[in-house]
Amino acid sequence: MKRIDRNHKVRNFHQAKWDEPIIFELSQKGERGILVPEAEEEIVNKVGDGVSSIPKAMRRKELPNLPEINQKRVLMHYLRLSQETLGGDFNVEIGQGTCTVKYNPKINDKLASTEKMTELHPLQDESTVQGILEIMYKTDLCMREISGMDQFTFQPGGGSQAIMTMASLVRMYHRINGEEDQRDEIITTIYSHPSDAAAPALKGYKIINIMPDENGYPDYEAFKKAVSERTAAFFVANPEDTGIFNPRIKEFTDLVTKAGGLNCYDQANANGLLGVTRAKEAGFHMCFFNLHKTFSTPHGCGGPGSGALGVVKELKPYLPKPIVDFNGEKYFLNYELENSIGKVRIFNGVPQAVLKAYAWIMSLGAEGLYEVGKIAVLNNNYLFKKLLEHKAVDAPYIRGKQRVEQVRYTLEKLTEDTGITSGDVARRVMDFGMHYWTSHHPYYIPEPITLEPTESTSKEDLDEYIATLHHIFDEAYENPEIIQGAPHRSTIHQVDESSFDDPEKWAPTWRVYLRKTK
Amino acid sequence: MKKVGLIINPVAGMGGRVGLKGTDGVNILRKAIKLGAMKEAPRKALRGIERLLPIKDDIIILTCSGDMGEDQCKGLGFNVRVILESSGNTTSRETMIGASIMEEKKVELLIFVGGDGTARDIYKGVGNRIVTLGIPAGVKIHSPVYANTPEKAGDLALLYLKGENFVVKEEEVIDIDEEAFRKNEVRTRLFGYLKVPYKKEYLQNKKAPTPLKEEENQKAIALDIIDNMIDGVYYIIGPGTTTRAIMEGLNLPYTLLGVDIIKDKKLIKSDCSEKDILQIVSNSKSKLIITPTGGQGYLLGRGNQQISDKVIKKIEKENIYIISSNRKIVELGGKPLLIYTGDKDIDLMLEGYYRVKVGYGIDIMYRVSKG
Repeated sequence: MKRIDRNHKVRNFHQAKWDEPIIFELSQKGERGILVPEAEEEIVNKVGDGVSSIPKAMRRKELPNLPEINQKRVLMHYLRLSQETLGGDFNVEIGQGTCTVKYNPKINDKLASTEKMTELHPLQDESTVQGILEIMYKTDLCMREISGMDQFTFQPGGGSQAIMTMASLVRMYHRINGEEDQRDEIITTIYSHPSDAAAPALKGYKIINIMPDENGYPDYEAFKKAVSERTAAFFVANPEDTGIFNPRIKEFTDLVTKAGGLNCYDQANANGLLGVTRAKEAGFHMCFFNLHKTFSTPHGCGGPGSGALGVVKELKPYLPKPIVDFNGEKYFLNYELENSIGKVRIFNGVPQAVLKAYAWIMSLGAEGLYEVGKIAVLNNNYLFKKLLEHKAVDAPYIRGKQRVEQVRYTLEKLTEDTGITSGDVARRVMDFGMHYWTSHHPYYIPEPITLEPTESTSKEDLDEYIATLHHIFDEAYENPEIIQGAPHRSTIHQVDESSFDDPEKWAPTWRVYLRKTK
Repeated sequence: MKKVGLIINPVAGMGGRVGLKGTDGVNILRKAIKLGAMKEAPRKALRGIERLLPIKDDIIILTCSGDMGEDQCKGLGFNVRVILESSGNTTSRETMIGASIMEEKKVELLIFVGGDGTARDIYKGVGNRIVTLGIPAGVKIHSPVYANTPEKAGDLALLYLKGENFVVKEEEVIDIDEEAFRKNEVRTRLFGYLKVPYKKEYLQNKKAPTPLKEEENQKAIALDIIDNMIDGVYYIIGPGTTTRAIMEGLNLPYTLLGVDIIKDKKLIKSDCSEKDILQIVSNSKSKLIITPTGGQGYLLGRGNQQISDKVIKKIEKENIYIISSNRKIVELGGKPLLIYTGDKDIDLMLEGYYRVKVGYGIDIMYRVSKG
C-alpha cells in the first residue's frame, strides 16, 4: 500500500471538479419535494381556505417562481456545493484578515444543538426560558469584566450592525442633549474597519478620516484639527488592521470627551488584547466585540453572529430594548430604558451564539483568556518574522517592532519585480488548499495581504502556510505564468471582474438574471 | 484589416543612461549623444510590438519612416504603411504631426513609444479623441498612459485589438519641468488627458481599485459639492477630471484644463484668465474648488497657473475646497499635497491640514506643504 509522504510542507490540493448549477437551473416543472396534504373539510369549514382571509390587494396573481425539485436532488445539490467550498475547518484558516477566524470547539455546537435550545421560541414566557436568560445575563457579566463597560446587549447580529447601533446611540445621546443638529461629524481612521465610516455615514453623519503618520499611528496633529464642537463621536479600531496598537489612544479619546463627543471602540481586533487592555481605561464610552470571531462561535456567511455591544452606565438608558436583567430572584427582559433607540433586530439576538461564547469563556476562565491573547500575538509575530524572510514581502511602518494579532503585509516588491499581484497570489494559494483575502479597498497599502493566525493555529500549520507562500513567491520569480493562470485545481479558474462595478450586469435574484439574459 | 498607429520617439530614454534626467530639447539630445548615449526606444518598441505578431495578418501598422517605426515593423514582418517621412532628427513636432495624421486615418489604436515628453506631443496631436497606449522607453515616466513594461504594453494592445471587452479611461499626461529636475527639484505639471484601454494589471499606477470606481468616486464627490452649494456664492472650478464631474453633474459646459466660474448652479464664465478670476474674487463672496494632479499631488502652481498667488491672497484659506479621488490619495503614499504659487509667503500661509473631500460626505484630513 502506498504510504502518503507528509515530509514536505507544501500540500497539493484539488478542489471538487464540477460546476454545480444554480438550484433554479435544476428546476423541473411539476417536480415536488413535499406534497402538502389538502386541509381537511372540517378545518376548511372552520377557518376558510386560508387565502380568502388575506386582503385582495395583497394576494399574488401568479405563483412564485420557485425551484421545483425533489428532496433527494436538493440534498445532492447542497452536498455538492459544500464540496466545492474551501471551508474553514479543512484549511489553515488565517487568511481572512481583519476577520478573526479561529477553531470553533465542536462541543459548543453540540450544546447549541440540544433540544433545549433548538425548541425554544423567542415569544415564550420569561418564566419558561430562565436558563437561556441566565446564560445571556452571565455572558453580559463576563463581557463587562473583559471591557470595563457597565451593560451589554446582544441584539446586533454582527459587527457592522453593532457599529450601526453605536451610531444610533450617538445620535440619540446628542438628541436628548439638544446637540443633534450641531454635532454632525464622525471621526475615524483610515485603517479602522470600513464599517466604522460606512455605518455612521448611513446614519447621516459626515465622515472625517485620519491618515496614519510615518509610523502607522493615526496622525495626532490631524486628529486635533478634526475635533471640534461639531464632533459627534470618534469610531476607531485599536489595533487597526495593520496590527499596530496606538499607545496614545487615551489622548485621542480625552480630546473627544473634552469636546463633548463620544468615543466608540470597534473591538473586532480584540483577540490579542484579552486580559491585557480594556475599553474603559482607554476612555471609551461604548465598544463591541464579535462573539462569532473573538469568542469562537462560528463565523461564516454573515451569521449567525453576535455583535455584543457594551456601554458605560450613563448610556445604558439608550440601549436597544429589551436587555436581559436579574432582580435577585429571576431573570427578565427589561424594557425600562427611557431613551432607548428601539430595536435593531427582531427579538433578542442569536442566543445560540451567546451560549457558545459563554461556554468558551467559562472553559478558559480569566487566565485562559489571557493565554489566548498571548498565543495569538506569539503566533502572529512568528508568522510575521518568517514571511519577512522572503524578499517578496514587506510590512510598512514601525520596523523592527512587534505587531499585535495581525499584520497587513504588502507584496509591492513582488509586483514590481515580477508583475505578479497580491490578487494573483491569492488565486494560486487555492491550488494548495488554502486561501487569503486581499483586504479592503482602496489599497492604502499597495498589494496587500492581511493575515491573522489566532491562537488556534499550531506551529505545524503556520509552517505549512509559510512554506506555501514562500513556494508561490519563488514561482513568481521563476515561473510567473503558472501563477497568472491559477487556480489550476478549482472548479472555476478565473472570474472576470470587469462587470463588478457595472450595475447593468448585476443579477441579485434569479428573476433579474432571467430578465437580463433572455 | 484593423489600422494600428505606431510612433516611436527613437531618442526617448537616451538622456537617462548618461545621467541627463530626460532628453527634451535639441541641445540636451546633442549633449547625450556626445556623452555616448545609445538609442533605447527602438529596442524597447520591438519588445512591445512583437507581442502583436499573433494578429499580424489582421492588422496594418501606420507609422513614420525609419526608426520612428517603419524599420521595426518591417523587421518583424508586419503590413506597414508609412504616413510621414521623418527628417531623421525626430522632433516633438514630427510626433505631433504623425499623431494627427493617424487620427485622420482613423486608427483603432495609436501606440507610442517614449516618455512623458512623447506623451505630451501625442496629446498635442490628438487630444483625448482617440484611443492610445504608451510603451515605456523614456527617462521620465510619470504619466499613467504607459504600461508597466514594453511587453505588458504589447499584451494589452493585443487584447484590445482582438476586441476584448475593455474600459477606456482618461489618464493624465504629466511631465516634470526638466530644467528644475536637473537641479534636483522635482515638479510635475498636468498637461492633458489621453484615452487608454484600461486593465489594472498592465498599466502604471495600478494601486487603485477599478476605473469605474474612480468615475463613480468622482461623481459622488461632485454630488456632495453640488448639494452643498450656497446661493449667491461664486464657485471657481479648477482644472481636472475630478472637478469636471461637478460641471457634468450640473449639465454645464466645461474646460478640462481651464478654470470655469459658476454661481447659482449656472455658468458665469468659461476658461477664465487670472484677471477674470481676480475680478470676481475681489468683489464677491467666492470659493475655490481644486483637485491635485496625479503622481506628486500638486494642488496649485502646476497646470492651474490662472489660480495665482494674487488670487489666493484674495480668496482666503478657508474658502479653498480640495477634492480628490481616493486613488490619488492612495498614490501619494502618505506624502503631503503640494503647493507652489511662486510666492513663498503665500505657500507658507497655505500649509497645514485640510479636509480633502474624497466621497459623498466623506473627508480625509490631509497635510498640504509647499512644493
